[in-house]
Amino acid sequence: MLDTMFFYMFALLAVAGAILTITMRSAVHCAISLIASLAGVAGLYLLQKAEFLFAVQLVLYIGGIMVLFLFVIMLVNLDSAAKERQFHRRWAGGAVAAVLAGASALWLLSKGAPSFGSPVAQAAPSPDGNVEQLADLLFRQYLVPFELASLLLLVAIVGSVLMAKKRTS
Amino acid sequence: MPPELTQLLPASVPLSWYLVLSAILFSLGIAGFLFRRNIITVFMSIELMLNAVNLTFVAFSYHLKQVDGHIFSFFVMVVAAAEAAVGLAIILTVFKNRATLEIDEVSSMKL
Amino acid sequence: METVISHPLFVPLLLALCIIAFAPLAVAGTVLLERKVLADIQVRLGPMRVGPHGVLQTIADAIKMLLKEDIIPDDSNKGMFKFAPVISFFTAAICLTVVPFSERLRVADTNVGLLVVSAMSAVGILGIILGGWSSNSHYSLLGSLRSAAQLVSYEVALGLALISGVMAAGSLSMVEIVRQQQARGIWFVFDNYGLMILPFVIYFISSVAETNRAPFDLPEAESELVAGYHTEYSGFRWGIYMLAEYLNMFVVGSVAITLFLGGWLRPFPNVAWLEIPMNYGVPVLFFGLSGLWCLPASRKLPSAIHKAGLVFIGLCLILVAAVFAIPVANAALSAPFWFFFKLATFLYVLIWMRGTFPRYRYDQLMDIGWKRMIPLGLAAILLNALVGILRT
Repeated sequence: MLDTMFFYMFALLAVAGAILTITMRSAVHCAISLIASLAGVAGLYLLQKAEFLFAVQLVLYIGGIMVLFLFVIMLVNLDSAAKERQFHRRWAGGAVAAVLAGASALWLLSKGAPSFGSPVAQAAPSPDGNVEQLADLLFRQYLVPFELASLLLLVAIVGSVLMAKKRTS
Repeated sequence: MPPELTQLLPASVPLSWYLVLSAILFSLGIAGFLFRRNIITVFMSIELMLNAVNLTFVAFSYHLKQVDGHIFSFFVMVVAAAEAAVGLAIILTVFKNRATLEIDEVSSMKL
Repeated sequence: METVISHPLFVPLLLALCIIAFAPLAVAGTVLLERKVLADIQVRLGPMRVGPHGVLQTIADAIKMLLKEDIIPDDSNKGMFKFAPVISFFTAAICLTVVPFSERLRVADTNVGLLVVSAMSAVGILGIILGGWSSNSHYSLLGSLRSAAQLVSYEVALGLALISGVMAAGSLSMVEIVRQQQARGIWFVFDNYGLMILPFVIYFISSVAETNRAPFDLPEAESELVAGYHTEYSGFRWGIYMLAEYLNMFVVGSVAITLFLGGWLRPFPNVAWLEIPMNYGVPVLFFGLSGLWCLPASRKLPSAIHKAGLVFIGLCLILVAAVFAIPVANAALSAPFWFFFKLATFLYVLIWMRGTFPRYRYDQLMDIGWKRMIPLGLAAILLNALVGILRT
């Protein structure tokens, strides 16, 4: 009951934020709406007992990526761009594509609905918290992907530093 | 409580609600990706789509009582972070070279 | 009435209300402390007019601030301008809810307490960025960009230092961390054969940068940027920013105390014979002597009201000392006493640093963050992990 109310609240936040993200004129407003949407999804994570992802969503997405976005937006100063046309000339085609994608997703969902109607019979919930379970899994079963991810991040750091560096030649 | 209210407010949120929500978020992301002319907003729409996918992973993982889905979401977030770092650096370079961020005008590979 | 008091939410809700109610007072006290200590360092007297020895100065300042005209710049983004300080304040206040002031005196004991703190401090950056951007002023924008870059950089070092502490405790719950220190009979700062001092030092330096305080107070460098991101703010909204800044000091102090300095535990928690002198002797002497000092000091004050005020304060302090001598009261109060005593010491050290160190340049600040603190933090994790494995 309480869960459902929270679901409505966070879902509303997420959807409203998403709609504003793709319709607002100024890029800063878009970024702020996206932050609201991300915060709504973070709330949904908390509702589904994914505490670690909740924290990562806030720290990484809102505190990291979105702050980076805001930085770039403020650096490039898009005041003049905000007054121009925001949408493509061929926006109708885009709309049709988006609606088709959404409709197909919903149709597939309704086809598969009976298979996830009731919760699967599951093992007894582990006494450990979410973070401990995740750590166990991440550093045992998924150790190689984890290391690869760290490599990816390293490459990203080196790449962005190289691009940001002024060419001396 | 009237029956239609109990249908709207069940004791626990069914899995399908989360899936429908993330389908909506994903479609909004696609729409933004195709509509907008500003590179930064297009980029934000991509983040929106990634986020919708994460929500699906977490919803299934909650439903099946396994945390593997969280790991996938975590990796998606890591990739999103790497992508944001490189992507925003590219955006800055593009802006430095062409003084515009309209994707229609940044259509050729050469200056 | 019985059912209300025994309800599981009673103490948390009451405490949350207390935090919201007393936070401004505690901040006022800290501001007064700051002005007095800085004055002492610079061989001045500091505020002396309002109340005996100026103890009511910050209250007067707060009233003045509330009565001031609330100016909103014409070209600013009005909604964002009004909302930004609220983000800063709320994130700081939420962090305080996971801090255990004693074993029972706490709002919430989630098993991810430390994650909540770091998540909220990450969201708090938005308050600064949006506040600076929405006021549509170059000083504000530059200040907020500087500030956000500083916070994002030092958050990494802060997180690395926290990981060392969490490894030693084996839990993210703030209460459990202190219980672990109780079980081992040692504050974590001295654990792992003294190796934990390294993450503590990293945490301390990064937390100074995290709270935008001297010597890392570049966002507000008065001589270059007027007042940083809150240049355009005035009156009540400026007050909220100020409140958030000081609450953030409390938060980083509380986390440092919980993770490294034993939380509500007394010094030497494993030495049993120190129980009486530490839990009874220190608070009684501390409050009693400061109360006794007030009585002769009141004679030097000029006006009769000030004399009476100081005598009243002295008597109150002696009363508090007497309360600490009662065994029942002492059992309940000694743990929070130690927590707040450590917090006050932490704040004193922060103020002391502000009084002694010159401000760093911006590139020096980034150098310290990225080239010193982060590698050192990684090394600290490695060392402590190795020692931790070898010990078990």
